Amino acid sequence: MKTANKKVTAERLVRDALEKAKHFSDYNIFTFINEEGAILRAREIDAKIANGEKVGRLAGVPYALKDNFLSPDGETTASAHILGGFTSPVTATAVEKLEAEGAIMIGRTNLDAFAHGSSTENSYYGPTLNAFDRKRVAGGSSGGSAVAVALDIVEFTTGTDTGGSIRQPASFNGIYGFKPTYGTISRYGVVAMASSLDCIGFFTKTPEDMDLLMEITAGRDPKDLTTLPDYYNSIDRDSLGAACPSDTLRAALAKSSCSAEHIAPSESHRIGIIKDFDNESVDKEIRDALLKKCEMLKEKGCEIVELEMLSLKYALPAYYIIQPAEVASNLSRYDGVRYGFRSEKSADLDSLYNNTRNEGFMPENKRRIMIGNFVLSSGFYDAYFLKAAKARTLIIREYEKAFSKCDFILTPVSPSPAFRLGEKVNDPVAMYLEDVMSVSLNLAGIPGLTIPAGKTTEGLPIGLQLVGPRRSDKNLIKFSKELI
Amino acid sequence: MKYTPTIGIECHVQLCTKTKLFSEVDNDARRKEPNSCVSPVDYALPGMLPRLNGEAVRFAIRAGRAMNCEINAYSRFDRKHYFYPDSPKGYQITQFYHPIIGAGYVELPSGTKIRIEHAHLEGDAGKLTHFSDYSLVDLNRVDTPLIEIVSMPDIHSAKDAHDYCKELWRLMCFAEVTYGDLYNGNMRFDVNVSLAPEGSDKLGTRAEVKNLNSFKSVERAVEYEISRQKKILEAGEKVIQETRGWNDATGKTTGQRSKEEAKDYRYMPEPDLPPINLSEEFIETESKKLPLMPKDYREKFAGIIPNDILEILLDYHELMKKLNEIDNKYVKIISNLFASVLLAEEKSAEYLNDLPSAKDLIELAEMNEKKELSSTATKEVFLRLFDPQMKGRGAKTIAKELGLIQENDLGALEAIVDAVLAKPETKKAQEDFKAGQEKVIGFLVGQVMKESRGKANPSAVQEILRKKLA
Repeated sequence: MKTANKKVTAERLVRDALEKAKHFSDYNIFTFINEEGAILRAREIDAKIANGEKVGRLAGVPYALKDNFLSPDGETTASAHILGGFTSPVTATAVEKLEAEGAIMIGRTNLDAFAHGSSTENSYYGPTLNAFDRKRVAGGSSGGSAVAVALDIVEFTTGTDTGGSIRQPASFNGIYGFKPTYGTISRYGVVAMASSLDCIGFFTKTPEDMDLLMEITAGRDPKDLTTLPDYYNSIDRDSLGAACPSDTLRAALAKSSCSAEHIAPSESHRIGIIKDFDNESVDKEIRDALLKKCEMLKEKGCEIVELEMLSLKYALPAYYIIQPAEVASNLSRYDGVRYGFRSEKSADLDSLYNNTRNEGFMPENKRRIMIGNFVLSSGFYDAYFLKAAKARTLIIREYEKAFSKCDFILTPVSPSPAFRLGEKVNDPVAMYLEDVMSVSLNLAGIPGLTIPAGKTTEGLPIGLQLVGPRRSDKNLIKFSKELI
Repeated sequence: MKYTPTIGIECHVQLCTKTKLFSEVDNDARRKEPNSCVSPVDYALPGMLPRLNGEAVRFAIRAGRAMNCEINAYSRFDRKHYFYPDSPKGYQITQFYHPIIGAGYVELPSGTKIRIEHAHLEGDAGKLTHFSDYSLVDLNRVDTPLIEIVSMPDIHSAKDAHDYCKELWRLMCFAEVTYGDLYNGNMRFDVNVSLAPEGSDKLGTRAEVKNLNSFKSVERAVEYEISRQKKILEAGEKVIQETRGWNDATGKTTGQRSKEEAKDYRYMPEPDLPPINLSEEFIETESKKLPLMPKDYREKFAGIIPNDILEILLDYHELMKKLNEIDNKYVKIISNLFASVLLAEEKSAEYLNDLPSAKDLIELAEMNEKKELSSTATKEVFLRLFDPQMKGRGAKTIAKELGLIQENDLGALEAIVDAVLAKPETKKAQEDFKAGQEKVIGFLVGQVMKESRGKANPSAVQEILRKKLA
């Protein structure tokens, strides 16, 4: 990470980033540019450097925030009309930690409204364009954040991943994107999508940068009772697992030990590949990229283990029950009464609710609210939500079994490279299938890192997903260097 | 046909914790500006997460033990969804599937036991004030910790419903988990009433009267419902399952919404809060902190304080704690003093806001016992003990200042008697008495009392007079 010093000032770094942001404005990456604030902050840091005061590990490093992180700098909109005009009085824990190390927020990045989507086409502010092909989608939901790093505007951006929202856009734009173990980074101050699945993570160009950002932001937060003790920076086998919504997940998090201290030399690593994923539904060029990396690992002395993980077929259906249920619940607070957008048309309370929510939410938001309320409604809870929770338990167990046979698993991130704008926008099921390889990690609470793995003949980036057991985050990032 | 009423009661108790159930703002909104005790969490800003208040968990354990309930080692929160401006999150965080307090019972003063089905922790809602064309929202009460206590349908009369609510109130006050201020909604009752033909083992269709905030209104609402439903059944019609509101002025309940419009709360496990896992030691330690309960006082003061008086005094927890500090031999006189004040004085409860010290009360009881104070004087000194001007001076000093201490010194009394008998105006009375006119002794005693300026002990005086005139 290029930090500021006496020669290259923070103001220089920030102005360069702002310049590039303007240069790439057609990509529709930003929902807000923090020009004035960023420059003021840069000058503060430069003054410290000039005075010889201690500065943080990210001193003067410009970065961008996915626009679902709360901070008083600019409106936090989650790219949703219903949050229009909302400026937060509080700051997300992750943002506080980054800024305490001297990072400077130069802008807020575009996303699918409330992070609902896999293409950033569901944004109230329009889609973000792919860094490699402007006719294609950026991926999503963290599309703006991925493209900002891919186009070298900033060295890192934040993201949130509920079912693949970091890993898939990272893959579509040829960069690293990391979804940590559930509970590693505090969710406090991040607009909730589905609380038991949401993870905070980052986009970077290198594994080293990713490691640094994890060191800075990981750890227990009293404001988020689902956070884990800081296993990323220290080894604490005895500490209890986080308070997770799923009892199975919670128990699993509690007993999984941190493996940071017993990292073995790479030649003894066993890498799992999942049989079912290596099939017709996955684009051939992506399958080839996966096989190529396997060959490379074999040459380095790794053992490749074939895994049969049959219960993963329940992942997508279970995810599209649990996620909309939590979404419907979490979106209940946007009612036009206290903050954000309020429809002016309304004559009474019911019409205030109806008009505000009807005008304020995007169609995909409404679809998930309806699915979520349906699966939670009395008489259907057992048939849908409870059954999905049981499937989730099976998936957790399936991964535990798999990690008794291998150290990491390598899979595609998505079945195809970046698709064309508008291609799937009217076919929600095709869009949901984008998540088929990513959602099981969120259900199981385990970490996944997107690593760049070459390009298709058309020149589109291919990404692969390196998956590890719970709390293996540090090792996972370290091991990913073997795949460069 | 005769009908048996069956009543089940749900009671919401506001806990008097320092901070709210899920945030660190002040939970005591009494005499505070609207919307001044609200954190970003209570206000439901985006991205805010609930933090569980450990004190509320400890209070719940105490409340549960006060009702002889099991405390569940594992409990968990759920979301109950509904849209209304009093609920900023769009859902209430409650315990639908796994409540913290399990089965138990409440014993009424009559000895009847009412079983408790369970009780759970949840956050309160805000308050709306409606005007002709707008409404105001006050979120100070949002996520004040509540426990909702659900009884079994064990109650069969309006009086038992009244007594159950009152006993529950005493238990919660004695457990020191609530301010217990009914006027300000610290405890609210929802009453389910149904009627079934006598002897039938099936319950009838019930109606629920919501949001009653006094024992009297519980009793009256139940009475009203019993007679209303009886009329319907006797006319051969059916009772509708519905929620009804109580109008205290008219003494009637009216239908609010029927089951057709019943809400679907779409319960869901709360993903932002860990389950509560309580160790046996923790439950044990907290249970031991439970102060003495009404039944403990009933046992302790049996045969010392008459039952009817004790039942009056048991409405005042601070008073019972005070009596507990006082030696049993003085309890009777002191409890009588309190009972007479509480029964006679208009604003009796005000007397109990700031009780006299046990030391003063004991001193007063001692003076009474030694006959240094007459019963009238004792009561007078007792009342002065509450007087902010007199307070802290001690019962003895007050009695002296008021000149109320009786003269019991026989030598001194004899001297006064002699002085009175020497007075010419008493000569006739002395002769009359000796001649057998018994009642003139009263006149003579009166003269002695006058001479002593009221301090003489009248029975001692009479005794001396009789001796001298024999």
